[in-house]
Amino acid sequence: MNSYRHSVVLDEDKCTGCTTCIRRCPTEAIRILNGKADIDTDRCIDCGECIRICPHKAKKAMCSKFEHYTHYKWKVALPAPALFGQFNGLEDIDDVLQGLIDIGFDEVYEVAKAAEQVTAYTRLYLKTDHIKKPVISSACPVISRLISLRFPYLKDNILPIMPPMEIAAMSAKQKAIREHPELKPEEIGVFFISPCAAKVSYIRNGYSGFKSNVDVVISMSDIYFLLLSAMKRGNPPTVGSQTGMIGIGWASSGGEATALLNDNYLSADGIENCIQVLETIENGNIPPQLEFVELNACIGGCVGGVMTIENPFIAKTRLQTVRRYLPVSRNFLSPEMNFVPPEFVTDDMPEYKPITRLSDSMGESMRMMSQIQQLKEALPGIDCGACGSPTCRAFAEDTVRGLVKGDRCCVVLQNAEKKTEAKADEGN
Amino acid sequence: MSDHLNFHFTVDGDNFVSAGQASVQVKKNLRELGLSPDVIRKVSIAMYEGEINMVIHAHGGTADVNVYEDRIEIILDDEGPGIKDVELALQEGYSTASDSVRSLGFGAGMGLPNMKRYSDDMRIDTTVGVGTKITMTIRL
Ligand SMILES: Nc1ncnc2c1ncn2[C@@H]1O[C@H](COP(=O)(O)OP(=O)(O)OP(=O)(O)O)[C@@H](O)[C@H]1O
Ligand code: SF4
Ligand code: SF4
Ligand SMILES: [Mg+2]
Repeated sequence: MNSYRHSVVLDEDKCTGCTTCIRRCPTEAIRILNGKADIDTDRCIDCGECIRICPHKAKKAMCSKFEHYTHYKWKVALPAPALFGQFNGLEDIDDVLQGLIDIGFDEVYEVAKAAEQVTAYTRLYLKTDHIKKPVISSACPVISRLISLRFPYLKDNILPIMPPMEIAAMSAKQKAIREHPELKPEEIGVFFISPCAAKVSYIRNGYSGFKSNVDVVISMSDIYFLLLSAMKRGNPPTVGSQTGMIGIGWASSGGEATALLNDNYLSADGIENCIQVLETIENGNIPPQLEFVELNACIGGCVGGVMTIENPFIAKTRLQTVRRYLPVSRNFLSPEMNFVPPEFVTDDMPEYKPITRLSDSMGESMRMMSQIQQLKEALPGIDCGACGSPTCRAFAEDTVRGLVKGDRCCVVLQNAEKKTEAKADEGN
Repeated sequence: MSDHLNFHFTVDGDNFVSAGQASVQVKKNLRELGLSPDVIRKVSIAMYEGEINMVIHAHGGTADVNVYEDRIEIILDDEGPGIKDVELALQEGYSTASDSVRSLGFGAGMGLPNMKRYSDDMRIDTTVGVGTKITMTIRL
């Protein structure tokens, strides 16, 4: 049932089977099979941890190449706001937007603009009666997927507004269709410039059957040098940014939450921190007045995405410089607007998938769990990973599930050998 | 195999950092057993509150989760000071937590009431100076 299409891929030639990644995967999705890392697509949440940690650069995020998409007659670039933090000494966002035009895009539509709309609508949504609080941001797809796999009780807390990228894509496409009646819709290509693999997966799958308006995803790091040299030419900007401080602020952790002008928020970044926060919310051990929770899988927020170039903290500082002279926001709602328009509401919400269930039958699951417990007792408990499973417990589980043969624990084998030797010695 | 599964935990007294870990592990196990999100949440809240109580009021203890085909039983056992007035302790808002514990965000006096609310049955056996044993049952 591997229906979810991921964007983290392995370069088999580079993987040495060193086991580093299996122990760092927050969902225990990786095993070493036949000497190579193997990702369980049902469990993977595209957080990118294995890409970051692999000492041999064997894990990669899969993206499309800009050059391959010449067949679109009208190409719209959707830069994620994290892009603006990648350039040293950048004074004006317009220079980046112009750079995108110079490398071959026909138009630019900022995701940050859509982010400001989401901010405005989230403020409205938080005032709605009978919603489950705290409301959890829907912007980072890793978090939504994690909730669908591990925190089913919290899925109704997710903000039901489309993420900025999707709103930007929808608006950009509508705009291009409107302004270019000479073009067929399929001749218009919307290109998202992504900081991470998770967005790529989201665009390919959605959560429960949706079709993204993004046509092509390209990696920030892939176009970086192209863009940089275009910007060096210093062509005067013909396009003007349509975002303020708020939209740019979304690139770093806390940006989305602080923009709500509501003190009762929590923002956390880094996948392990996010998991801890979700555990705590599920246990009910949070301040009762908490209204909004922003969680970013990457340290520092999207500026820490695996497809970015710059260190997240440096990028964040640069964004502060760029934001300095901007208006707070350039995308306000009219004062009489008092509800979230249906076209911005999404019904594509993550569904609970009990993927770690041992068996469909409770009785059988209990029997298997009991076997796992027994097997685990016999294992050394040092979680060395040499068997190919991330922990001794996971190895016991993999054995009971029939995924591996249970005789691969080298410590157990060694101890058994020692015992036989000792016996032989006694015999002498 | 016996008729039930047992998950056993030692809850470290006065260690706020690890407090709550047993309930995280139990959640993981219950997901593997395929139990519904609703049951998992009930167990996790009841268990978490009980675990924290043992840490802050009783210098730790043991937690046992027994899974039967028709119910889950959570047994929290400690050798702490015991509860003088159980009626009172069960009231929302009643707490003897110290100021330092309150500064960590505990001590709202909601733990025991929540444990009662989220379990189908709760029994408290306690003797002052000897300890407390709380047995909660959640039916499946
Ligand atoms: N295991 C225990 N041993 C001794 N006393 C306990 C134990 N559990 C609870 N109590 C007593 O019962 C009181 C009420 O417990 P309860 O869990 O409802 O509130 P709390 O722990 O004080 O605050 P909160 O749970 O909201 O953080 C406690 O303040 C404490 O005096
Ligand atoms: S970290 Fe994982 S992917 Fe990288 S070489 Fe080691 S086993 Fe292979
Ligand atoms: S925090 Fe941002 S960059 Fe990182 S995975 Fe989530 S959406 Fe992608
Ligand atoms: Mg308590």
